[in-house]
Amino acid sequence: MADNGDPVLRVTGLNKSFGAVHVLHDVDFTVRLGEVMALVGDNGAGKSTLIKCIAGTHPFDSGRIEFDGRQVSVDGPRAASALGIEVVYQDLALADNLDIVQNMFLGRERRRGLVLDEPSMEQAARETLARLSIRTVKSVRQQVASLSGGQRQTVAIAKAALWESKVVILDEPTAALGVAQTQQVLNLVRRLADTGHAVVLISHNLNDVFAVADRITALYLGRVAADVARSEVTHGQIVELITSGRSGGLGLAPRTAAENI
Amino acid sequence: MSTDIPGGEKTAMTLAESDFAADRRVHDMGSALRDYRDRIRAGELGALPAVLGLIALVALFTALKPDTFLSKGNMANLSVQALPITILAMGLVFVLLLGEIDLSAGVASGLCAAVLAKLITDAGQPWYVAVLSAVAIGIVIGTTIGWLVSVLRIPSFVVTLAFFLGLQGVTLRLIGEGGTVAVRDELIVALSNRNMPIWLGWTLATACVAGYTATQLLRWRRRHVRDLHSKPIGFVLAQCAVVAAALLIGTYVLSLDRAPSPLITLGGIPWGVPLVGALLIVCTFVLGRTAYGRHIYAVGGNAEAARRAGINVTRVRVSVFMIGSGLAAVSGIVAASRLNSVATDAGGGNTLLYAVGAAVIGGTSLFGGRGKARDAVLGGLVIALIDNGLGLLGTSAYLSYLITGLVLLFAAAIDALARRRRSNVGR
Repeated sequence: MADNGDPVLRVTGLNKSFGAVHVLHDVDFTVRLGEVMALVGDNGAGKSTLIKCIAGTHPFDSGRIEFDGRQVSVDGPRAASALGIEVVYQDLALADNLDIVQNMFLGRERRRGLVLDEPSMEQAARETLARLSIRTVKSVRQQVASLSGGQRQTVAIAKAALWESKVVILDEPTAALGVAQTQQVLNLVRRLADTGHAVVLISHNLNDVFAVADRITALYLGRVAADVARSEVTHGQIVELITSGRSGGLGLAPRTAAENI
Repeated sequence: MSTDIPGGEKTAMTLAESDFAADRRVHDMGSALRDYRDRIRAGELGALPAVLGLIALVALFTALKPDTFLSKGNMANLSVQALPITILAMGLVFVLLLGEIDLSAGVASGLCAAVLAKLITDAGQPWYVAVLSAVAIGIVIGTTIGWLVSVLRIPSFVVTLAFFLGLQGVTLRLIGEGGTVAVRDELIVALSNRNMPIWLGWTLATACVAGYTATQLLRWRRRHVRDLHSKPIGFVLAQCAVVAAALLIGTYVLSLDRAPSPLITLGGIPWGVPLVGALLIVCTFVLGRTAYGRHIYAVGGNAEAARRAGINVTRVRVSVFMIGSGLAAVSGIVAASRLNSVATDAGGGNTLLYAVGAAVIGGTSLFGGRGKARDAVLGGLVIALIDNGLGLLGTSAYLSYLITGLVLLFAAAIDALARRRRSNVGR
């Protein structure tokens, strides 16, 4: 597994405040190609804010974002997707009345002249689904309304992978799913990394994190408590990092961890 | 594409249902029919209610009024009666696709017709100036409504209710109380009152059949050679045969001599029919084959998803109101042509309800995201049939209103039930 792949996205010293509330303190965050980076933290730790800064939804106060070794300014969602950063949000953002192909190409339809190039889009959608070994879909011309929760999640993720995306950010992809469907989605997350994407997995569920992640970044009240390889930590240590910002030799210095409470 | 089955985890899904099984299965007529039946059961009704309604109404009125209803003259009359409703409904389909409503479309058509009549009759302008002005005013009205709805975010129901009242005032001011303006321009009057030469009707009908069959076959072949999801060829041919039969039988009936006196001949397709045909083709193309059409469906289905996908939702919203009111103007012109005049109440009364009813009966959902241009034609025919049949039966006005209201409610109920069915059936 490529946990020593090239860092494709590197965030350094990121600070973000909403008014008087300092939400992110000097956050460093690195994602590598072929690697699943889990981003964990309690509610309000700053996970979503960090993602939104990377995706261009929120401007940040200071810090830098490097993409492929170059410093970039991500000043909007369009700039982020132009770089190759795709975010799959928790509430999915699929149109129920469109089919899988139509959803995957929404807003970026292929056309020949004025006319939509349906055959080419359908083929590309099928190839992407097949490349990610998504085999539970009966027909790519099925309306999304008729899919199960897991299948919808799968389609939303495949949509992100369809584009020449390098970084795919998944916000709680398994939150609303049953056991079998969670397994399906986790397999897909793993394949996404194995096919050369850098994957950021935001999750509350540590079982999921330990099942697929290569590295884990734990946020504690807006600071990075630890950035560790999964193999070097235990379940219990991560829980401690999430809840108190430190665990044994890992995590924030006792004083830093305490000053925020 | 690799076909190996991944080892290890078996999912709850059976293999027969996975791996794009439905896309790869060789379809025959049986499986295509089964798919169709499954879709109906899952609440994807398509054109079925409208077609059944058409058949039932024709049977009913034929039984009640066998000598007059099926007469050649009445059939021609029916086709002309359906024209303004159909055009208005076609514009409303765009608005309804976003889950919005335009209550002012009827009176907007009346105002545009009034402008046309004033320009031709009082200002002595040629027909094309009048038509372009009328359509331009329709588009301006639509743009204003669209701006108020999508930028100020006032619910379309309220905005268009205000326009419904306001535009009636403008028409009244323009024509003068209790007045009518006559429309005598040859070309405008011809739309609903003159017929195409019979040879031209047949040529056009044949060309349409040939064009439709050719596009369907070409599309089937392009999908088939690339091994994509395609209906069986028999199904496609049957579809073409049905369309061809409908077109050719219609042309035949309208080409019969329907003159009441043997001394003259009167036959042919009214000029307004190919106008609706052209609008149908254009709207179907825009909705089904262009990125803009796809974006309309996306905004109607999930505006937030459309926004995140980079679609300019505001622009789409404004544009559908422009199309709605623009087509309302065309509908007003055709209605003026039929009556040879424009009165102060043009486009008022039940015009709008007829058009909304037509769209909904045809299969367009009031909840947005579902609908086709052809819905307006099928639904327009149903509404015109009811109007026409009740007229022949000599039903009192109060009963006609009641019956039409009930039909609209019935169609909306089917729409709501089908929608519930769709959300219940997760396959």
